[in-house]
Amino acid sequence: MGQRVVITGIGIYSCLGANLEEVTKSLYAGKSGIVFDQIRKDFGFRSALTGMVPEPDLKSFLSRRQRVGMHQPAIYAYMATKEALEYAGLDIDFLEKTETGIIYGNDSTAASVVEAIDKAKEKHDTMLIGSGAIFQNMNSTVNMNLSTIFKLKGINFTLSAACASGSHSIGMGYLMISQGLQDRVICGGAQEINAASMAAFDGLGTFSVRESEPARASRPFDRDRDGLIPSGGAATVILESYETAMERGAPILGELIGYGFSSNGDHISNPSIDGQKRSLQMALKQAGIAREEVDYINAHATSTPVGDGSEARAIFDVFGEKVPVSSTKSMTGHECWMAGASEIVYSLLMMQNSFIAPNINFENPDEDSARINIISETKEQKIDCFLSNSFGFGGTNSTLIIKKV
Amino acid sequence: MYANDVKMSWEEVIEGTRDFLSTEFEVDRSEIRPENSLKDTLDLDSLDYVDLVVLIEENLGIKLSGEDFREIVTFGDFYQLVRKKLAL
Repeated sequence: MGQRVVITGIGIYSCLGANLEEVTKSLYAGKSGIVFDQIRKDFGFRSALTGMVPEPDLKSFLSRRQRVGMHQPAIYAYMATKEALEYAGLDIDFLEKTETGIIYGNDSTAASVVEAIDKAKEKHDTMLIGSGAIFQNMNSTVNMNLSTIFKLKGINFTLSAACASGSHSIGMGYLMISQGLQDRVICGGAQEINAASMAAFDGLGTFSVRESEPARASRPFDRDRDGLIPSGGAATVILESYETAMERGAPILGELIGYGFSSNGDHISNPSIDGQKRSLQMALKQAGIAREEVDYINAHATSTPVGDGSEARAIFDVFGEKVPVSSTKSMTGHECWMAGASEIVYSLLMMQNSFIAPNINFENPDEDSARINIISETKEQKIDCFLSNSFGFGGTNSTLIIKKV
Repeated sequence: MYANDVKMSWEEVIEGTRDFLSTEFEVDRSEIRPENSLKDTLDLDSLDYVDLVVLIEENLGIKLSGEDFREIVTFGDFYQLVRKKLAL
């Protein structure tokens, strides 16, 4: 590859906390962000469990005109990106004068669409939907809003790849920079949290119904899991060429050395061990490292028997039994379009603070998870290199490898 | 509450309008005076006129169109338009 690609800023707005500091504490403590949401029960959900974040008030940061086109995905992404830009030492003045891109993962805007259509049906007049709805309703809502707010002048698009959206967005940013096409790209993933966005998913019967114990409901790799729990928020990862980062004295959190990807080309929702292995192997090959050099794997594992089982087998086949593995979804639930980016942020926080966050609720292994090294309690450990998996509906797989510089 | 639904005095309509405009467009209420420019005071761009139509419909129960705003320069002009539509 060409240019080296480093991470110079991260930001997070998740059910584990509203900023990096809060999230680091939650990860270390093994704290769950899952709650029971009565609105979902009243709506007719099979499972009322979800990760939850507070709705931030952006009035003190943004003008009315800037806010009207924003619904949850853009609002959460703004919070995460604001923190990431501050971390990276990038202000609007600098962004306006240079070429910085944005490739953000998002795959739904359900609640804002429902609100707009309900309004049109009530009023029988599309003008009475208001001017903000179109910018809230399009799937590219995050990059439309953030590129305008932060005066971005580079590449500008949304990446939709189901639950691998956030991970692929970082992969695409990586390719842009490594090819010399961009110096800096804001990447990430956003996921709305509301009944409209998850009703159809709930209808598939794949969500956990352990409603009496929300904090114990997400149990990736555990024998007694009964399904995933939806969640959301946003995570931002700022990628930059090593050269540019050094020139401006930016903080360097790590270097992205491998982006593997594959498509299963098979069932629309069932995972494929072969597809996952191809993604893992591609990332390893591109990184040019031996499998023993990976100190930690942040698994995609969502707490479904089929998904967790196939990933455990793919990890065992490629890495063997030694490498420490945990799924932070045990605490966050499945952050879907955001997960691939948030799990890079979580893993970077672990790398910075030399610990592995626990795969909480892993009490009894099954046949597959017994073969890999799942970390069920917080472990103090130096991490020099980690790998993060993301797999999505449609058989889209993404694997990222990051090492310390 | 729509102005058409209850008997509101013209002064009540104006004061109510100043309230919802200042709240929505985040401007000081004292800036909303008959002689001041509607566009400049509320800092309206082309998209904001759509929201102005929505606000008027929600608060006064009358439907304006984009064309209605062609001749409007000041809040005074705007109040006259509202008065005409409300037939007050």
